Amino acid sequence: MHSDSPENSTTLASDPVSPIIKVKDLHFSYPGKMQSAVLDIPEWHIARGERVFLKGPSGSGKSTLLNLLAGILVANKGSIEILGQNLGALSARKRDRFRAAHIGIVFQQFNLIHYLTTLDNIRLATHFGSKGKTGLELTAKQLFEALGLDKALITKKASNLSVGQQQRVAIARALINAPEILIVDEPTSALDSDTRDAFMKVLLQISQTQGNTLIFVSHDTALTSHFHHVVNLAEINLAGGSKYVC
Amino acid sequence: MFVNVAWHSLLNRKYTVLLTLISVAISTFVLLGVEHIRHEAKESFSKTVSGMDLIIGARTGQLNLLLYSVFRMGNATNNISWESYRELATDPKIAWTIPISLGDSHRGYRVMGTTQDYFRHFRFGQNTSLSFAQGGPFVQLFDVVIGAEVARKLGYCLNESIVLAHGLGQASFSVHNDKPFRVTGILRPTGTPVDQALYISLQGMEAIHLNWKEGVKIPGKQISDHDIEKFDLTPKSITAFMVGLKSKMTTFHVQRQVNHYQKEPLLAILPGIALTELWQMMNMMENTLRLISILVLFSSLLGLSTMLLSSIRERQREIAVMRAIGASPFFVFLIIQTEVLLISLSGIIVAIFALVIGIFFAQPLLAENYGIFINHFVLNRETLGILGIIVMGTLLLGLIPALSAYRLSLHHGLAVRS
Repeated sequence: MHSDSPENSTTLASDPVSPIIKVKDLHFSYPGKMQSAVLDIPEWHIARGERVFLKGPSGSGKSTLLNLLAGILVANKGSIEILGQNLGALSARKRDRFRAAHIGIVFQQFNLIHYLTTLDNIRLATHFGSKGKTGLELTAKQLFEALGLDKALITKKASNLSVGQQQRVAIARALINAPEILIVDEPTSALDSDTRDAFMKVLLQISQTQGNTLIFVSHDTALTSHFHHVVNLAEINLAGGSKYVC
Repeated sequence: MFVNVAWHSLLNRKYTVLLTLISVAISTFVLLGVEHIRHEAKESFSKTVSGMDLIIGARTGQLNLLLYSVFRMGNATNNISWESYRELATDPKIAWTIPISLGDSHRGYRVMGTTQDYFRHFRFGQNTSLSFAQGGPFVQLFDVVIGAEVARKLGYCLNESIVLAHGLGQASFSVHNDKPFRVTGILRPTGTPVDQALYISLQGMEAIHLNWKEGVKIPGKQISDHDIEKFDLTPKSITAFMVGLKSKMTTFHVQRQVNHYQKEPLLAILPGIALTELWQMMNMMENTLRLISILVLFSSLLGLSTMLLSSIRERQREIAVMRAIGASPFFVFLIIQTEVLLISLSGIIVAIFALVIGIFFAQPLLAENYGIFINHFVLNRETLGILGIIVMGTLLLGLIPALSAYRLSLHHGLAVRS
């Protein structure tokens, strides 16, 4: 189903020196606007298990970069290798499957399909990622425990959860397929400061235990202390000129 | 998985979905209902004329003759003299005849004067002959046999005494109250106009009109039952007669012979051919009805796709979430098409239920007022074909919202743009 990508990733995973994400000569511009490139990243690596804080003003191409890393968009030039797999070489279908199996994504808000129960939201994620279908409920309950969520929430409709609860369920959903990479896009901006701190705590804890590589996108520089690296997109991205450099 | 997600998504918008579903159900109901009644009406007409080869009456239009002689619709313009009837009926090519004499009624139901041959030779449906639920054919002068519907509606039992009215219409002022009839037989239901008439002998018909002239009772003239036997009760004329031939091969020959009959102008018709002429006349109306029901269906399916299309905008986030967890744009497309399918299938099921119930209640009304007998609604190959076309049409129009969702999930990716 996954062609040769899982095999590749396991062989590469045993090599600690090899980075989990390798971006090389990446060029991207939206169709019809070829002359104004959004992204131009000559080189960027993220090591396995690393926690990266990615910042950059709005319009600097953050969401475009996330779409590229998730395999929803494809680079015009250059390559993105994740777990040794060049995303550009995969078909759209295989990229969708690759994302389902290897990348967990948490958005700023509205992470859940509100008319489904929490469990169905998680089940939908396992529908696309082929691993860990068996014992789904058990895994979900363990994740809930680790995230400090009441297990009773599992049968509740997503729309009945508070925003803070939804964000934590989103982490559970993102981690249910045990992805190597967790991308979190401004997850705290909809939370008040107390819930934000609690959220950050469980997020960091669980990604540590699971050994995920964490890419955390945020404006909130107060959170940078939790991360190994802080990357300013404007510094690695040559496109867009000097106007984005802080 | 599709069905689960699509189902909950629909539940989430249950009021709009319910309204759309009702509109699909109504239009399906109209389309299937029109088709069913059209088909059944033809069936009902055809099965009423199953056994006879020819109908012979005074010269008129062939449809007119068919309608008044068999379906009791409209009136005869002229009668056939008894002599002509006897002469033609004794033709060696003819196996049997059923003379009929119309004109009287009983509480809105027509009275038909005939002979016992009616019960012997008349066929309906799949060549079934008439049979009695109670009693038997008329024997005495003032005996009457009643159809199943007449017995049921008016609550008549055997030996009940009834009075016939002159002419048609529910409230007749001129009644044959001097000559009451006795019910000697009740026919089994046939699902044809047979159920809605009363049958007396031709002699009985003649007898009640002895003291009448030109459609009016002659004042003061009373004839006692005893005196009646002194009169010659051979009818002077009849309205029409049905004919069964010994060999079908001679049908056209006999028809020509009747049409060229010298002594009076007569017309012989083949009931099947006359019916075909009727269908041809109805064709235009049928097609108009069909066209209207198709347009109604089209507009309701368009409403369905509009409803879903307008929902796509508010579902951008949901689509982004699906994409994030690895759904392909095709999955998103299928979710929308599944929703379309769920609504249209539920609409169809509701329509079928409504149709079954509706026809159950419409059956007696149609039979009473129009003499049209409609069967229960069943799914046959034709209706399944129509349903198939409805589902295909739904999926085709469902492409509009589904492709819109597909494009959205392909281009917008994880970002939500408002």
